[in-house]
Amino acid sequence: MTYLLSLVMFLPLVGAFVLAVFVTANGQKTNQSARATALFTSVATFLVSLVILLKFDASDTEFQLVEEYTWIAGLNYRVGVDGISVLFVILTTAVMPLVFASSLKIESRVKEYMICFLVLETMMIGVFCSLDIIMFYVLFESGLIPMFIIIGVWGGKEKVYAAFKFFLYTLLGSILMLIAMLVIWFEAGTTDIRQLINYNFSYDSFYFFSVYIPGGLQTLLWLAFFASFAVKMPMWPFHTWLPDAHVQAPTGGSVVLAAILLKMGGYGFLRFNLPMFPNASMLFQDLVFLLSVVAIVYTSLVALRQTDMKKLIAYSSVAHMGFVTMGIFSMNQQGIDGAIFQMLSHGFISAALFLIVGVVYERLHTRQIEAYGGLVVRMPLYALIFMFFTMANIGLPGTSGFVGEFLTLIGVFQVSIFTALGAASGVVLSAAYGLWLYRRVVFGDLIKESLKQLDDLTFRERWVFYPLIGLTLFLGIFPSPVLSLIGPSVASLVIKLSMLG
Amino acid sequence: MLIDSLVALSPEIMLSIYSMVVVMVGVFSKTKSMDVSLLWLSCLMFCFISLIIALTEPSDIYAFNGAFKLDGFSQFFKIVILLSSGLILAMSKDYLSRYNLLNFEYSALICLSVVGMMIMVSASNLMAVYLGLELQSLSLYVIAAFRRDSLKSTEAGLKYFVLGALSSGLFLYGASLVYGFTGTTGFEEISGVILDEGLSTGVLFGLIFILGGMAFKVSAVPFHMWTPDVYEGSPTPVTTFFAIVPKLAAIAMLARLLFVPFGNAISEWQQILVFLSISSMLIGSIAAIGQSNIKRLMAYSSISHIGFALIGLTVGSSEGLSAVIIYMFIYVIANFGVFAFILNMQRDGVSVTDISSLSLYSRVNSIRAFCLSLIILSLAGLPPLVGFFGKVFIFKAAINSGFVPLVIVGGLSSVIGAFYYLRMVYLIYFGEVSDRLGGSMPFINQVVLTTSAIAVTLGSINLFGIQGFVSVISTTFLG
Repeated sequence: MTYLLSLVMFLPLVGAFVLAVFVTANGQKTNQSARATALFTSVATFLVSLVILLKFDASDTEFQLVEEYTWIAGLNYRVGVDGISVLFVILTTAVMPLVFASSLKIESRVKEYMICFLVLETMMIGVFCSLDIIMFYVLFESGLIPMFIIIGVWGGKEKVYAAFKFFLYTLLGSILMLIAMLVIWFEAGTTDIRQLINYNFSYDSFYFFSVYIPGGLQTLLWLAFFASFAVKMPMWPFHTWLPDAHVQAPTGGSVVLAAILLKMGGYGFLRFNLPMFPNASMLFQDLVFLLSVVAIVYTSLVALRQTDMKKLIAYSSVAHMGFVTMGIFSMNQQGIDGAIFQMLSHGFISAALFLIVGVVYERLHTRQIEAYGGLVVRMPLYALIFMFFTMANIGLPGTSGFVGEFLTLIGVFQVSIFTALGAASGVVLSAAYGLWLYRRVVFGDLIKESLKQLDDLTFRERWVFYPLIGLTLFLGIFPSPVLSLIGPSVASLVIKLSMLG
Repeated sequence: MLIDSLVALSPEIMLSIYSMVVVMVGVFSKTKSMDVSLLWLSCLMFCFISLIIALTEPSDIYAFNGAFKLDGFSQFFKIVILLSSGLILAMSKDYLSRYNLLNFEYSALICLSVVGMMIMVSASNLMAVYLGLELQSLSLYVIAAFRRDSLKSTEAGLKYFVLGALSSGLFLYGASLVYGFTGTTGFEEISGVILDEGLSTGVLFGLIFILGGMAFKVSAVPFHMWTPDVYEGSPTPVTTFFAIVPKLAAIAMLARLLFVPFGNAISEWQQILVFLSISSMLIGSIAAIGQSNIKRLMAYSSISHIGFALIGLTVGSSEGLSAVIIYMFIYVIANFGVFAFILNMQRDGVSVTDISSLSLYSRVNSIRAFCLSLIILSLAGLPPLVGFFGKVFIFKAAINSGFVPLVIVGGLSSVIGAFYYLRMVYLIYFGEVSDRLGGSMPFINQVVLTTSAIAVTLGSINLFGIQGFVSVISTTFLG
């Protein structure tokens, strides 16, 4: 028995506790020490998570580093990772230091801000580690509270509306999942994900209040889980909370939202919907494909018409998540590999894009596209980095965005040619809105008075971007470390699906 | 035999004698300081009696020819009722002396109503139930109107009295029907008659009337109309008392009524309870959204919580019953925290109860604001706070007995309810700037608020350790 996972999970919470108790009173000095504590904690967490990666044996498809304790009344504390979840744990711990490093400009209630993010980090790591459905739910939902506070306190003008919308939307989706989990608990008599993955839920059609349910229990459970993850993902048409939340959240909040919280939806599909309800997943494959293609095309078109930079990136996130859902439900090795890879790469790229918006927002306090223009004159390095991540977002070969989109398209092509065709058009559309945004913000003449005094990236800002650039390039050119990490776990999932199908 | 019965009921008897003593001493001393000492003495008395009850070995004892049954179930509820009442007395001292309400009658009436509730939870005979119910209700009618110079308080008292008397009438009518058709008032005997002869129409009508009367006492929709008005009009310490203690007693008594005498008519009362619980959850959540007074809001919140507790009773299994007990326990803990705060919501020395005055309280006192937010979020049933686990156990019990639609309604109404709880948190942290609340708060209330906040957070680690104990008492209760 090792304590590594619990250590990674609770380290941020310990940091938050230290902050809450030992860093008291307000003032410049406290703010500094609060920032330092948070940054230090998140870096330490990242380092420990690297130890997990070292200890992890990718060729083993079982859950590893498992810890198990009894909790209250039939509930258990169970954590463990397989190839898929270890990746998300690393993603979380890797993004958090960047969030803290980019949040140095927060001036009001610094301590509380840091505590919220540290608590959130614990919850997010816990979601990816937990091997118990109830524990998964608890952590999945708990993340709402810190995020609600982050948007509500440090957000923009419409923060209240956005925070409530975010919270209630997600809660409504999740409560159905909770009910489904309790039904599972009753049906299978266990809450252990390892056993549930191998449990065959009944697929016999029946009448539910004189409504014919094809696929019976599996269908209903699948739909309940789908409700939660589709909102979280978010899939069209459940995505409307995301642009509001992104626009109103502070930069750090947007980064966490885009890089990690959205991934919980995809992770949930992989952990619950596919392995536990394979027949129902097959039944709904076409529906998911349809929703994904609509998401890719429609939200790309919507992104074209945005006047707010963050909103544009938010819609582009929804479009990219369309690739992920499509890849997951192609149910073959390339598709799922691609979906996971796309989630990882989107985690870096969208985080970088939000940070890019954050850089100019901190200087001018506006996100309106028409307020900018010709930034390349004053900020050449910024323009370069912006260009790089715009290209990565489009999916230019050589960046990680390409690998993910390409793999998902290959995967889907084997199942449904029309879906692949529709989705491929999204690549063109993303170039359209991405490049147009870039042209309007960075190119053109520098005529606006407010922009003439801008300075280029500071040392700190540069060093927030460098690791992201490195990772995006590295994974784009040499994706095999990630693919070999997730490969065996995905392969065992695919084998299970193909046996049933 | 009489001696055994007297010994078994000695806590109730002691408390009754004590309340007489309070009245006598109060009448003859006439000094303010005596009223204060009587209040503290009553607190001590409650603690002392709960200690006596806690130290007696739990065993099934019948007293007064089966009119009372003392078992682990009643023991647990009596202890919680006594300790809660003691704590409420201590919490309300500051408020009462601020409004010059600190009379010995207050302590005496609380004592008497507690006696009534103790009888309620252990009554095993329709007559004994009625005795307890009326003793409790009559004392509560009076303390609802305790602030005699306030129009709202007297209105609350009158309203509570008229409607409460009606519900007692319903109950009594039902009880007499049951007696008429079964020929007995003892719980176990009624159960035996129903088992032998089946459920006759007369008994069924009796059951319906009894349930109507009880639904009024637990304030389940559609018998909830009095709750918001009485909560709003009564002085806040009395509201605190209403929100916590009588609810506990009524739920315990309802459980006994449903499971013991009518345990063989389960399919009949299940239908009624399904309706009561669905309507309570939905109306409690939806109506609370429009409230601007925090006491009215808490009234609707308690209606919706009772709706959740009724799911657990509807299920009719020992799992459901223990879920209800845990749910009520968590409800009590959270309500203590919220009311400890409401008792001291004041601006320039004047009590206020409008929700908007919570605005930006976090800038007045960040620790208290944080504690209150935690408690409110726990009431909303959000993980990882303990309120969530209360709901999970209720839902799980319901699903295990096949009440999935009921759980779906419960889930939806908890999402609706989350909105108004969140609005309170929103006001505390980022509300519009208005006149802020004053910062002072007596020591006891601070302790209660913080303890409650810590309890709702850490409770999710081991549920205060009551889980095993509760499942034992509910299993033995259902026998």
